[in-house]
This record gives sequence, C-alpha cells and structure tokens, in this order.
Amino acid sequence: MNYKVDFGPVIAGFPTLLQGCLGTLELALAGMMLATIIGIGGVVLRESRFAPVRWTVMSFVELIRNTPFLVQIYFIFFALPLAGIRLDPTPTAIIALGVNGGAYAIEIIRGGVQSIHKGQIEAGLALGLHPMQVFRLIVLKPALRAIFPSLASQFILLTLTTSIASAISAYELTSVAQRIESDSFRSFEVYGVVTLLYLAMSGLMMAGFGVIAYRFFRYPVK
Amino acid sequence: MNIAQFGFLLKGLQWSIALSAIGLACGAVAGMIIALARTSDFASLRRVTAGYILLFQGTPLLMQLFVTYYALALIGLELDAWMAVAIGFTLHASAFLGEIWRGSIEAVPRGQTEAAKALGIRYFKRMQKVVLPQALRISLPATIGFLVQLIKGTSLAAIVGFTELARAGSIVSNQTYKPLFVYAVVGTLYFLMCWPLSIYGARLERKLATGAR
Repeated sequence: MNYKVDFGPVIAGFPTLLQGCLGTLELALAGMMLATIIGIGGVVLRESRFAPVRWTVMSFVELIRNTPFLVQIYFIFFALPLAGIRLDPTPTAIIALGVNGGAYAIEIIRGGVQSIHKGQIEAGLALGLHPMQVFRLIVLKPALRAIFPSLASQFILLTLTTSIASAISAYELTSVAQRIESDSFRSFEVYGVVTLLYLAMSGLMMAGFGVIAYRFFRYPVK
Repeated sequence: MNIAQFGFLLKGLQWSIALSAIGLACGAVAGMIIALARTSDFASLRRVTAGYILLFQGTPLLMQLFVTYYALALIGLELDAWMAVAIGFTLHASAFLGEIWRGSIEAVPRGQTEAAKALGIRYFKRMQKVVLPQALRISLPATIGFLVQLIKGTSLAAIVGFTELARAGSIVSNQTYKPLFVYAVVGTLYFLMCWPLSIYGARLERKLATGAR
C-alpha cells in the first residue's frame, strides 16, 4: 500500500468545517432547550395525581433510555410526515435530540426536586421570607445546584450525539465532513481533524459549564 | 414484513449481540489496564491515560468508529468491516470502563490499601485480593449502565456500513416501504436487550446504597 497522508483537502475545506461546527452547536443548543422544556414538563406530569399520566411519563423515559438514538431519529423522521408534519432534516433532528435528551433530563431534574426537603421550605416561611424568596432561594437555586453537573454532562453527551443526525443528513459537522470526504477520498485526514474539532467543542462547553457553575452555583463563602 | 425478513432482523440482532459482547470482553481487559494505570503511582502513566479517556469521552462514538476504521487501513491492515468495527468498540469501551473503574478503585477506602501495605502485601496481590474485589462491587451498577450504552452504540456500526440490527432494519424498511413498523420492531428488539439490564442495574444500585448506609 502506498498511501500518503495529505491534509490539503482538509485545509481547503476548513472554513466549511467550521461552519459545520456552527451547525452542530446550533443543533445542540436547540436540542438542549427542547430537552429542558420536556424535562421540566415531564417532571411536573410525573408527579400528577392521575396514574395514567404518571405511567405514560415513566414508560416514555424507559422507552427512550433503552433504545438507540439512531432508531429513534429514523422513527421520528418517518413518523412526522405520516402525522402530516413536513419538516426539513435539521428541525427533525432537533426534535429527536430534544425528545432523547428530555427523557434523561426528566430523571436528572426529578432527582434535584427530590433533594429539597419540605422542612426547609417550612423553615424559610417561618423565618418570614416571602414565598417568592422561598421558591427562588430555597427551592430553585439548591435544586439547580444539585442537578447542574449531571445536566451539564448530559448536554455535552447531547452535543456529541448530534453527529448521528448526519444519518438523516441534517446540517451539522459530520454531514459536512462526509461531503468533503466523498469529494476528496481523504477519509482518515478528514475524520481525524473533525474528531479534534468535536473535542475542542466539548472542551469549550465543559469550560463554559464550569464558569456557569462557579458564577451561579458556588456555595457562599462567607 | 414476512418471516424471512424478520429472520434477517434476527440475524442482525445476533451481530449486534456479538459486537456488544466483543466490545465488552476486550474493552474490559483493556479498561482494567487503563484503570490501573490511571490510579498508579506514576504521574506520566496517569497523565497519558487521563488524555486517552478525555479523547474518547469528548468525541462522538461515530467519529471514533470512522477514525479507527480508516486508521487501520492507513497502517496497512486490510481488515474486513467486522474486525475494524469490533476494534473501534473495544477502544471506546476501554476508555469508558477505565474511567468507571478508576472511580470505583478510588472509592475503596484508603485505609484498605494502607493496611495491605502495612501487612507487606505487594501491588498485584494487593489489587487482586484487597482493592479490586471491593471496587468491582461498587462499579457494578455503572458498568451495567455502560453496557446498555454500548449495546445502543452498536447501532452506529450501521452508519459505517456493517450489517447489524439497525442496518438490517434499514434494509428491510427499504424492501417493505413500512419504515414505521420496521423501526418499531427494531426498537422493540433493542428495548428487550437493554431494559432488563437497566432494571438489574437500578436494583443493584439501590441495594448498594442501602448496604453502605
């Protein structure tokens, strides 16, 4: 075999790859927001007084967490048109990412809500805090603090999962890479560089989440 | 979907199970070495394995499969898709299991290691008889959780072109023009593999939590 490593096509296509990175980040951000909404809604419904509602949420969580994302995204990709909803691959991918991430978010957020003891709320009210202050300082902030690390790593996982959206050719880094690869046949070079780009993105997000955790969820020192 | 096509799906299922089993078995051996290196007394070993783990945890599994696939071809190894994909999953599993087991080794109280040292038990014996048996018990729920991830992850071999359950599903769906039904069946098959493991893992976790109290 006489294969010479040649990064020429990758360097030529680098601006396109960077745009693919933006596509990935957009997909991930939209997916995270949808996942958070589904997560919060799911937790509320999970505590519903009606057993069928609780049961539906629990089955949804189990179903999503025990099947591959690839199968989920294909299913949604083919199911939406049958339901009369015609969407481009990218919005479809956002829905799939949101639904998948949402199932994990439900479990994580539920853990945070359960970590707040009723006695603390009562203590807050007894100390004369306004109910709004109780909610903000005693319920919301400690709950967010408790779930933030798990939620952050789940979101990074979600970002890495966006690469699977290339299977339905949504616009993101992996599909951009596949196009450059099929034009240049420089498979190893293209995917090697793209892997490093993903590493940079997850590193950046990790740092970003770290800053948020330090800025907002640090325990008061005094 | 006729019986033959369902049989085709089941054949794909076999490959998914085989891939998961190989990934788990080979990944466990490599992962144990990584976990030991990650907790060793040598700073350079710790740093290198930390980088290895970071690389695999910070990149998509799909890219890992692509890169191993083409890197193996690049160094002149003419492997068929099956071998290349199996190596990809092994590397992936080794990094994740290495990190899980590092955590469990560190979770074993330090006094255990110190007591063994004081008794003059050397490293390998100490790990084998004192630390690892306790660490393994702690790590079991997380290890099973990862196994579920691994089984689901084998579906990505479909994108690389290897015919396992997910790809068998795509093929049958193209034949029958009933994608929803076929993917529902495929999803059910994955669910039947993963759900019992998830339940078992959750039960172990509860048991461990009450045992530690």
